[in-house]
Amino acid sequence: MKILVALKQVPGRDSQLKIDSSGRWIEEGDLSYEINEPDAYALEEALQLKEKHGGEVVVLCAGPERAGTSIREALAKGADRAIHIEEPNLAGYDTLSLARVLAKAAEAEKPDLVLTGLQSDDLGLGQTGVVMAELMGVPHATIIMQVEVTDGSLRVKRELEDGWFQHVDMPLPALLTIQSGINKLRYATLMGIKKAKTKEVRKLTVAELGVAAPPASVLSRIYPPERKKQTQIVENAAQLVEKLRFEVRAI
Amino acid sequence: MSGILVVTEQSQGTWHRMSFETLAAGQQLGQALGQPVFAVVLGAGVGALGEELGRYSLARVHVVEHELLKAYTADGYTAALEQLIRKHEPSVVLFPHTYQSRDFAPKLATRLNQPLISDVTGCRVENGGLVLVRQLFQGKLNADYRPWGTVFASLQAGAYRAESLVAGSAPVEAETVALDAAQIRQKPDAPFRESARAVDLTSAEIIVSVGRGIKEKDNIPMVEQLAQALGAELAASRPICDNGWLPMERQVGSSGQTVSPKVYIAVGISGAIQHLVGMKGAKTIVAINKDPNAPIFEVADYGIVGDLFDVVPALTAEVKKVRG
Repeated sequence: MKILVALKQVPGRDSQLKIDSSGRWIEEGDLSYEINEPDAYALEEALQLKEKHGGEVVVLCAGPERAGTSIREALAKGADRAIHIEEPNLAGYDTLSLARVLAKAAEAEKPDLVLTGLQSDDLGLGQTGVVMAELMGVPHATIIMQVEVTDGSLRVKRELEDGWFQHVDMPLPALLTIQSGINKLRYATLMGIKKAKTKEVRKLTVAELGVAAPPASVLSRIYPPERKKQTQIVENAAQLVEKLRFEVRAI
Repeated sequence: MSGILVVTEQSQGTWHRMSFETLAAGQQLGQALGQPVFAVVLGAGVGALGEELGRYSLARVHVVEHELLKAYTADGYTAALEQLIRKHEPSVVLFPHTYQSRDFAPKLATRLNQPLISDVTGCRVENGGLVLVRQLFQGKLNADYRPWGTVFASLQAGAYRAESLVAGSAPVEAETVALDAAQIRQKPDAPFRESARAVDLTSAEIIVSVGRGIKEKDNIPMVEQLAQALGAELAASRPICDNGWLPMERQVGSSGQTVSPKVYIAVGISGAIQHLVGMKGAKTIVAINKDPNAPIFEVADYGIVGDLFDVVPALTAEVKKVRG
């Protein structure tokens, strides 16, 4: 089974974000980057499916040169090879236009299964996978907590709201968006890190893919959220207990 | 091309509460843009729900009934709504940002060659054009999006208030759609719950909730001691339960329990929206976090900016002093 994992590189969760001089994005210079967490779970799921059913795990990533570090990390964890769509300016795309680029590259691989995280930690639009599925003409399911493959078909456990779940069957090829926590993430071994250096990373550009990807929306400004509530910042535990006792009357 | 189409959500004849928030948003946007507002309800046997929508101030209610829409599928909903949208050509299509919308709305927008702007927290009209506001980086920053062409947007829970929905009357019309069982590739089973919940957080007076900031499983007892000293229930954000550090039944948020205690103490929780929707109804919210820009402070009444490994033991000691 050939499994394609679409992953994104995002700023680390603890990053202190500063708005850049254009006012349309953050200053990227000093940030550290990592694999978007739900995508890391998608990768792990792909690796486990390969261990069970055999086949190949191919990583697909669009991003600037720095995304190469996340691609190497995925290869070190066990992915077989990777496709890096080198694009320095992801901000020039909206979800649909970027998904067109990803879907074009994915289609050429003819994967049996495409996995990606349910959303990204940076933009959080939560739809790249679904849009790719539509563009590739394959069925999909989202927010997946369990994947079973039997005889060319797929049975998944979808998470619904408020603690509900649902099993859904569909034929392969298909695309799934994976929920964080579906499995236990592995660490790359030293051997894996060494091997990753020799694995194939094919670099492509959007122009080479030949996709027209004009956006139909633009992110025009970013800014700190307005505080709707006045938070009383207290200095220490004693003061907080005072407040909880005499203002909130809870203790 | 005119009009605002609000796609409502129901399951087995019961409304998703966010349908009404989305209708209220539609009404407000209709006023701002000077455009009529339409609502659609899809399913099988949903005539009564359509009649209910007819009691609001809307230009028309579309009822789309089909046996193949009885159980939700992304393929079925996309095919049905595609036909409705091509026929009526609205300029704006709004969805509640539910798990279900997340499953089909991006597909539907793609089918109609447009991007979906998802999880929107507010809209405004500037120079006749629509500006949609949404959060980035788990709520740390806001962003303005300017779309062109038909606008597809899903709205975050709580972004609009259902109470502001204006009553009135609207004609209710049945819409026929052509669906073929062969085009619906997903075969869903009935929804189920894992097991009865042994822990009911909803009746707790005080909840102490722990998030990623706790770093390791071995540090959980430190927070547990605070909960004990306060006579509180212990809860957690999703990553803690995903890691198996606390059982799933103690999870607060969109995929866990929704709580509204008297006091909610968030320890090392950054405050992603998926968590906030589960606890922002608390009467008093206390946040302990080392990042002064963490979104949890947006909803907190009291906050301590500091290292939870210093603050929590000190707090436990202070509470013990007071409660004896």
